[in-house]
Amino acid sequence: MSIFVDEQTRLLVQGITGRDGSFHTRQMIGYGTKVVAGVTPGKGGQVFDGVVPVFDTVADAVRETRANTSVIYVPAAVAASAIFEAADAGIGLIVCITEGIPVLDVTRVLPFLHERGARLIGPNCPGLISPSKSKVGIIPGNICQPGRIGVVSRSGTLTYEIVHQLSTHGMGQSTCIGIGGDPLIGTNFIHCLSAFHADADTDAVVMIGEIGGTDEQQAAEFVQTTMTKPVVGFIAGQTAPPGRRMGHAGAIISGSSGTAAEKMAAFARAGIAVMKRPADVVPLLKERM
Amino acid sequence: MNLHEYQARDILRRHGIPIPPGEVADTPEEVRDTAQGLGGKGGGGRVVVKAQVHAGGRGKAGGVKLAKDAAEAGEHAARILGMSIKGLPVRRVLVTPAADIASESYVGIIVDRASQRPVLMVSPAGGVDIEEVAAKSPERIHRQAIDPRYGLLAHQALGLALKLYREMPQARAAADIMQRLYAAFYAVGASLMEINPLVTTPDGTVAALDAKIVVDDNELERHPEIAALRDPSAEAPSEVQARQAGLTFIKLEGSVGCCVNGAGLAMATMDLVKYYGGEPANFLDIGGSSNPQKVVDALRIITADRSVRSILFNIFGGITRCDDVANGIVQATQQFPMNVPLVIRLTGTNEALAIEILTKAGFSALTDMDEAVKQAVAKARAA
Repeated sequence: MSIFVDEQTRLLVQGITGRDGSFHTRQMIGYGTKVVAGVTPGKGGQVFDGVVPVFDTVADAVRETRANTSVIYVPAAVAASAIFEAADAGIGLIVCITEGIPVLDVTRVLPFLHERGARLIGPNCPGLISPSKSKVGIIPGNICQPGRIGVVSRSGTLTYEIVHQLSTHGMGQSTCIGIGGDPLIGTNFIHCLSAFHADADTDAVVMIGEIGGTDEQQAAEFVQTTMTKPVVGFIAGQTAPPGRRMGHAGAIISGSSGTAAEKMAAFARAGIAVMKRPADVVPLLKERM
Repeated sequence: MNLHEYQARDILRRHGIPIPPGEVADTPEEVRDTAQGLGGKGGGGRVVVKAQVHAGGRGKAGGVKLAKDAAEAGEHAARILGMSIKGLPVRRVLVTPAADIASESYVGIIVDRASQRPVLMVSPAGGVDIEEVAAKSPERIHRQAIDPRYGLLAHQALGLALKLYREMPQARAAADIMQRLYAAFYAVGASLMEINPLVTTPDGTVAALDAKIVVDDNELERHPEIAALRDPSAEAPSEVQARQAGLTFIKLEGSVGCCVNGAGLAMATMDLVKYYGGEPANFLDIGGSSNPQKVVDALRIITADRSVRSILFNIFGGITRCDDVANGIVQATQQFPMNVPLVIRLTGTNEALAIEILTKAGFSALTDMDEAVKQAVAKARAA
């Protein structure tokens, strides 16, 4: 098993003919993901690379191909519309890679998804991968290996760094998921932790957080009260100055809240093994498992 | 993006929120003339001169002064214009008639991360930093989460207004202001709007005396009229330069210059510099897609910082191609002198090609992050 994506994933790509969309569609197909449809309004009827039918609307694509998951690569200004469209067409899992979506757009999107029972991953995220089964998004497939560690993170390249350490030490992954660096996101740490907790093929979880907000603190509480599998955690931004956005829209210390120190303390209190640096991940996992 | 008080006042006034008159001025002479003109509009000729900078605590820093007449306003302005508040130079002041105030309260809207909704907050403890109120007497802050599908409902606004005012006419006026504030919030794409203080005057009028607006940077593309309000003089020049080059850059105090792809990895790299006993000179994310020109721009900005003693590249190639970064480094060295040592770590997509490019140009490259950071810290120390 794995969480959220696997061999049953039938993927639709919104923005398949764009620069990023086309590049990553080829990468996903190359990895073995079942990419069943693409959507670009005005390009319905085309066939992407001779293999993926392109539709004008998500509703058409779902009717014709039974797509059950969507990944979004459209520009920020129209990304919220793309999410609305996917949810309205009955897509159950929507992965939004796009960075730079206005937060107020997301405040309108989230209740709409909730009413329809759809899950959003992101926005502003690298997507997710269940190694050797399915890759949805932009995480490089070659750094991952199938195995029994779950990885959940607010970051992109920092996740690759840590996954790379796991893979080179023979610790494969059940699923690696990037939940996104924005202040409002569809799927948070707790959602992922509880999915990993329930997944029979995940033995331990690596959680990679950063400054800003209180998602990690709430996740720590969840780990303490609910989880029986070992959890190892890292927080980026120990040297970040308060009041500045560190690249990610959500990575900001407001006043005195959302600091790395406060999050690391919450992890430690909850019995999560706290990494001081990325290279600690393998030794700490070995110690706990 | 932060707006200045006078810009925020203009926006709120356009949304029908009562705001006392006021004008901005850049010189003491202008302030004197403005004060003369405003003197008749209440306050018995007295005016307030307020520094327009993106910093809290202006009053404590001496940036807000009451003047008994136009001449004194000019004297205050001469002192305030040219002073620095929290490192930011004051280039402009707002002149308003001094208001007689019967009560001060706080009204604000933020996007709350936990409830994932806009939240309206009010407090009868106005005129002071709301974070202080939250820390010392949280029971004096009242909150209402707003469902964006329906907006701020009339009874919700009135419910909060009644926490501020006992008199119904004032409560109704405050509720009306709250609904207009909420409309303005979505209209400009704000992430924070505050009226602090919301005041009542002795005759019972409710008005917004000071306003603060922070706009979501991601909204600026669809609101060019708001983007045009940006004041580049309020930012570090290196940060303006970085933004124009499409880089995310934040200047810090240390000596190890950092150039990294991805925000999370960039933060983790700074943290590791500290872990090995160094201090990062900056946060810099060259972004996800690879483009040698971005690397050249990044190096230009980092090398311009005189406190930088060594430069650390940390690249994990996914979509970013290591060879593009290597080419950028080589191009940069051909365009301007590199006066400090470079420590380059790159791994991932096209790593071998990158190492070949760098070796040919006389650089060595590492593949291990910890090793690279240790070397960069050591070189910064030795310099």
